[in-house]
Amino acid sequence: MERKTKVNAEAGKQEIVITREFELPLELLFKAYVEPEIVEQWMGTKVLKLESKKHGSWQFETTDPKGNKHGFNGVIHEFVPNQKITRTFEMEKTPFPVQLEFLEFEQLSADSSKLTMHIVYKSVADRDQMLKLPFGQGINMAHNRLQDVVSKSKYHGKEQ
Amino acid sequence: MNLRRDVFQAIADPTRRAILLLLASQSLTAGAIAANFDTARPTVSKHLQILTECELLTQEQSGREIYYHLNPGKIKEIADFIEPFRNMWDDRFNKLESIMKQYKPKQ
Repeated sequence: MERKTKVNAEAGKQEIVITREFELPLELLFKAYVEPEIVEQWMGTKVLKLESKKHGSWQFETTDPKGNKHGFNGVIHEFVPNQKITRTFEMEKTPFPVQLEFLEFEQLSADSSKLTMHIVYKSVADRDQMLKLPFGQGINMAHNRLQDVVSKSKYHGKEQ
Repeated sequence: MNLRRDVFQAIADPTRRAILLLLASQSLTAGAIAANFDTARPTVSKHLQILTECELLTQEQSGREIYYHLNPGKIKEIADFIEPFRNMWDDRFNKLESIMKQYKPKQ
């Protein structure tokens, strides 16, 4: 698979830029950010609220494999169809401060488009923590699997 | 995981990043590295110590001199660190793309 998604995270900065080119007309790319049922599919989350307009707000909820619910929310500061969305993003019940996201949508050709997602964090340390989350989750998942295997063979039902 | 956090703290400092860049093309002694900076020599030594502790640099004794080398394996580890984050977004965007390719406007 070609690596289409680029993440630019300069050391020592409290921001990152994610870019991605899509084989989709601009309007379809933008629609994927506006239609709640489409957002649910590709983000793998439940959309509780998505008011795509200035002063609007959004609220998502995901359920992890253990059944725990995780809430996310934010407000929308700018909403220009097929051009840009400026919004905040907050992970509820976590120590992570709210982050600011600038999403820019561009047409490249009749059937290709580009998304630039510029995310600003409260501090360099906060940014690095967020970048490390998926890495940490990967490690934890591998660790949990290992524990499962170990507990099934060695401790056989005594403890989790 | 402590070591990893240290690596990120190590590269968060501009002088330490400049040292890494300097050593990317050649191995140098502490004195030769310090000569490239206005910073006091002990400060540069402290930076070298932190970079060495994080294994971003390795030391090699050559006669009476100690040369500092870049540790490419560790540098690559930093680059790889972002990979799971990039993959997460790549997966989401791939999904978005395939969903929208099949998108039919509602009647």
